[in-house]
Order: sequence, then structure tokens, then C-alpha cells
Amino acid sequence: MSLWVDKFRPRALDDLHYHHNLSARLKSLAASGDFPHMLFYGPSGAGKKTRITCTLKQLFGPGVEKLKIDQRVFLSPSKRKIEVNIVQSNFHLEITPSEAGNYDRVVIQELLKEIAQTQQVDLNAKQRFKVVIINEADSLSRDAQAALRRTMEKYMSNMRIILCANSTSRLIAPIKSRCLLMRVPAPSDEEMQTVLTHVARRAYFDLPPEAAQEIIKDANGNLRKAILVLEALKMQSPDLTGPLTIAKPDWETYCQKVATLIVTEQTPARVMEIRTKFYELLSHCIPPTVILKTVAEAVVSQVDETLKADVMHWAAFYEVRMRIGSKKIYHLEAWVVKVMSLYKQSFYSLDMSDF
Amino acid sequence: MAFFQPKSAAPAKAAQKHVVDPALQPWVEKYRPKTIDDVSAQEHTVAVLRKTLTSTNLPHMLFYGPPGTGKTSTILALSRQLFGPDNFRNRVLELNASDERGIAIVREKIKNFARQTPRAQAVASDGKEYPCPPYKIIILDEADSMTQDAQGALRRIMETYARITRFCLVCNYVTRIIEPLASRCSKFRFTPLDATSSTSRLAYIADSEHIQVDKPVIDTLISTSSGDLRRAITYLQSASRLSSSTNPPTAITATDIQEIAGVVPDSVVNDFASVLGIDNDAVMAVDKVQTGFEPIQKKVKELMREGYSAAQLLTQLHDLIVLHSTLNAREKSSCALVLAEADKALCDGADEELWILEVATRVHKIVSPRS
Repeated sequence: MSLWVDKFRPRALDDLHYHHNLSARLKSLAASGDFPHMLFYGPSGAGKKTRITCTLKQLFGPGVEKLKIDQRVFLSPSKRKIEVNIVQSNFHLEITPSEAGNYDRVVIQELLKEIAQTQQVDLNAKQRFKVVIINEADSLSRDAQAALRRTMEKYMSNMRIILCANSTSRLIAPIKSRCLLMRVPAPSDEEMQTVLTHVARRAYFDLPPEAAQEIIKDANGNLRKAILVLEALKMQSPDLTGPLTIAKPDWETYCQKVATLIVTEQTPARVMEIRTKFYELLSHCIPPTVILKTVAEAVVSQVDETLKADVMHWAAFYEVRMRIGSKKIYHLEAWVVKVMSLYKQSFYSLDMSDF
Repeated sequence: MAFFQPKSAAPAKAAQKHVVDPALQPWVEKYRPKTIDDVSAQEHTVAVLRKTLTSTNLPHMLFYGPPGTGKTSTILALSRQLFGPDNFRNRVLELNASDERGIAIVREKIKNFARQTPRAQAVASDGKEYPCPPYKIIILDEADSMTQDAQGALRRIMETYARITRFCLVCNYVTRIIEPLASRCSKFRFTPLDATSSTSRLAYIADSEHIQVDKPVIDTLISTSSGDLRRAITYLQSASRLSSSTNPPTAITATDIQEIAGVVPDSVVNDFASVLGIDNDAVMAVDKVQTGFEPIQKKVKELMREGYSAAQLLTQLHDLIVLHSTLNAREKSSCALVLAEADKALCDGADEELWILEVATRVHKIVSPRS
């Protein structure tokens, strides 16, 4: 019993429901025998990974679906052991270098060199190269990216690299210029509707259009989320009729609460109250950026037009500080205090002008 | 289709397995200049280096300049011309960022190679004569990614073995090379390629690959790659791959190139700009777009859903603002300041949506009092 997201994931390029241009392009590339390095980028839940696996299948045939998970140990220059999980088949392997943290350069260097220097021995293999998929390529460190540069050119005959990233902003230019860029935009609402109905049909039930609309509105372009929500709803009420309540994740309602707290009262006592709430959120492993963004958006929706830009400005400002610094809670709180003082100031200045 | 080839072809393929099939080679490698006379542009550097071919004397060298201007190509071509294919392997050591280059490697590998007395000249198998001067060359590619310590360890090595070894450091940012190393080398600056030499090179490649490329396509290639010849060639190859793999093969268009280069379409950027309150000729003031915080936020979310890269979007917005006809200098410079801050933030790994929104609201604030 697997989740619907995995169970009904398209396996071949022809089964994909949207971005047909892209599928056609990938298909012809896979058939041409002259396959380039590629970089897939787009928001999460848009179907980057699905497209990559479909392309692999097109390239190598069903053999790519026989996966095994391997744990490899690499040694850093300072003799520290780094353990990395590698998913691989006979034709490709997949790594998430961010697992290795600061030492991702070592992993990239060792692993790629090893693959690059071994030839495909299976004469029946459709392609003579192996494919390396690097997930979350935008979190690769500068050093690791630099290490990729020459490797990508030198070992082109034995290996192709497919990078998968949310955005290209953090990739260095030399890497981008060596790859064929593939943008995977989030599906439009109609496209999501088609996919959801398709999933429903595959699971043998009818999906009322209103319910689909509701789910799509909630998912905001993230198809994975939409399908997960659909499955959850189906579990809740098997006929999917009547008023649907899409359960918001706890942390989201929690963030809403924090926003209301900020707007209703601006005192040091309130800040303390918010601090405990932030700690709670952080201890549940909600990324601080997500917390800041969600709270900021909630605050923005509750304040006056003149303040909105400022609230967002400081959110952006403290977000960068959070990235550079190491203790996240300071910056979250600094932002809260800043917003409170802004709010109070604007409140009083309004009052003053009245008198 | 390639994979339905008869089985008998397989052994023949296995026999020559170390040879890369030229059809699969990246064009960047395939069309790397073979001699330094082939190097596009960089007249000054080439003129100096040509002298060394006759005098067979070479200083330590430091090549620097933006990516794709021919630094690595030049030194490879030069050493190939100096030593010929047979001596090339034992006279030249090429290290780049994909090799481990910590201080340990400098102390062992580089030092060992540097202290070897060059072997006698092997007789060139292709019958040509090469100058083959009595020294070896160590090429340190992407030297700016070497640590300070590793660079420091090189200092003495460079001097001690100067009689039998020459170093060539290749880097993008000369400021990252420590001063003592830089002062030991003669510096060569590589400038971004001008349009004419890029055009001629691209036309030459297109010609030898038998693909039809029009003038507008070449212009787009050059404008999107901004002086980086390697990027232009890669784009050209990708575009030709795409166009030849469709059935029937279609001609390469300028929009193809833009799509490959990851450029945000002009219409999207113009649209975004008009939401920010920058009027432009494309969207006339007839249907005045509503501006304000809410529409901006909505637009930003929409852009993020489309998956455009924030850095690219900002670059193009910057071009649009700087070249705008009616904004005054003060507004332009304030906008530039905002964009610069955003770029720094993105480099630090900040959240893209927040910063695009930040840029959007601030630019909006800057340009709005006019209307």
C-alpha cells in the first residue's frame, strides 16, 4: 500500500498530463543519442522529479526502475567519515549532496570521478553513459559546484549529469552554461483539475468538481500537496460531498495565531509570549524561513495598506540576516519587535493627526 | 535509432573505447583552438605568446578574465604547440578545481612534478618538429578556488624550480590570488569577446556542423551570452540538438535560444514592470494597470509559480530600468541600489519570493510619486 502520489506517478513521458511541449522535447532528446547535461528547475511539486524519472526510462528502458539503496562512506581530508545514501540502478544513480553538509565537495569529487572512470560493461545497455542525478543542486556549496565544472566537460563520454533545483539563482554561471536548462513551471488550475480527476478515476471514485476546486485553491500550484490532500480527504469522508474542510497543517494555524498576537497588542509581555510560540514551532522542525514568511503574510493581511510594504521589507531584511547568522530565533524576534514598533508608531501618528 | 544498431558493431566500438565519439563530444571541446593563432580575439596576449614559440622562453604566467574568453584554451594550445602530442603528456600537468588541491597536494604532487628534470625529447610521431623547450608546464586551472595556504605553499616551489618548470595560473578573479604569487607571474588579461570575433567563430562552427543559422539567431546568442564564447557555443549546440531531434527538423529560432538560456520572456518582464508602476511602450497607458501592494504581491506569487529564476528576473528588470527613457537619474540610481541589495541577499541564499517582493515594493515606492 503506497501513497497515491507514488502509486499514480506517471512512469513514461507519454503519460504526463501537462507541459506536453517539454515532454516532446525530452523524448526527442532521449531518442537522439546526443543527450546533454541537464538542469531542471521550477517550484516544488511541479513535477521535476517525475519528468526526470520518465526521461530515464525513455533512455534506458524499464531497467532503471530496479533500484537499490547503497550507503557509502567517504573520507574528508581531515579523516572524518561522511555517510551518504545513494539510490542507484544499473544505469543511473541519485545523490542528495546536502546530506554531506559542508563536505559535499568531497562526495562530488570522489563519486563522480569513480563513475566517470568506469565504462558501461553491459553491451546490451541502450546508452553507453551513466546518468547522475543531483537533487537539491541549489544547496551545493560553491566549492562543490566548482568541482563539477571541469568534470562535466572532461567525462562527457561516460557520464551525464542531471541537476534538479528549485531555482537557478544559487548556481554558479559556469554550471548553468554547461547544462541545457529545463524550466518546469507549476501546473495551471485546469491542468491540476485534469490530473486530480485522472487520479480519482484510477482509484475508482468520482471527484466532484467543487471538491477539486477547493483542493486546487489550497494547494497553490503544488501538485504533490494536492494529491496528498485528496487522499486525506477521501479517507475522512469517502463520498467527498458536503462541506469540505481541508485541514490546515497545525503549524500554519499556529503561525496565524502568532500574527494575530502581534497585531492585537504590542508589549514586551507579548513578545515573551510569542517567543515561546516560536520555540515551539522551531522545535517541530519548521524551517525558520517558512515561519517568517507565513507569519509575515498573515500580518500583512491584517494591517493597513501603508504598513504592508514596510512589514515585508523588514521580513526580507531579517530573513537574510537569519541566513548569515546562526541563531535563528534572534532574528525572528527582532523582526517581531520591529513590526510591533512600526505598528505602534503608525497607530499613534494617526491619532496625533486627528487631534 | 542508435540503439537498434546491429550487434556486430559492438566489438568494433569496444576496441576504440578510449576515443570519444566526435559526434557526442561537446562542441566546446571539439572546437577548442588547436594553435594559438586560432584563438579568437585577445590579439595582445596572442602576439606575446607567439614570440615565446620562437624564442622558447616562457615566464610564469597568470591568465585572468571572465569565463569563456579562452584562457584555458590558450594555454592548452600553446603547450600543445610547444611540445607536440607525444611530449605533451609527460611535460604538462593540468590541475583544476575538480582535483583535490589542498596544501597536501601542493606539497606532494605539484612539488614532485616540478622537481623532475624533464625527460629527453621523444621523437614526434607525426613527423612535425616541435620546439620542445627544456622545461615543463604546470597549469593550475581555476586557481582562484585554491586556498590561501595552498597558494602560499606554491611560492617557494615556483622560485626553486623555475629553471625546469613554468607555472600557468588561470583564474577569473585576480584579486583572489595572493600578492606574492601574482608578482611572480606576468599577467595577461583576457577581455570579453567583441561581437565580430564571436560572430565569425560561431559562423565557422555552424558551418562545419552543417547547420543553418540566421543572423538574428547569432545576434541573440551573442547578446544572451554577453561575451562568453563558451556559453554561446553550448547554447548553439543545445539549440541544434533540439531542432534536429524534432521531426521534421526545424530551423533554430531566436526564441529557442532564449528559452535554452533561461531568459525570462520580455513580455513577462514588461508586465511585471507595469505592475510596479513603470510605464513602458509595450503596455500603453490606455489600460492602466492597477498598482498597489495587493496586485504586486499577487504578481510576484504568479511569477514564482512560473518558476523563473529570481536572479535572472532581477537582471532583466535592471536592464529595463537603466535603459528606460522617462525615468530620471535619481530614480534610476535608487532602483539600482535596491537591485544591488537584492542581488547580495540572493547570493547569501535568501528567500527568492520575499526578495522579489521587496524589490517590487521598493521600486514601486520610488517611481510612484511621479504619477
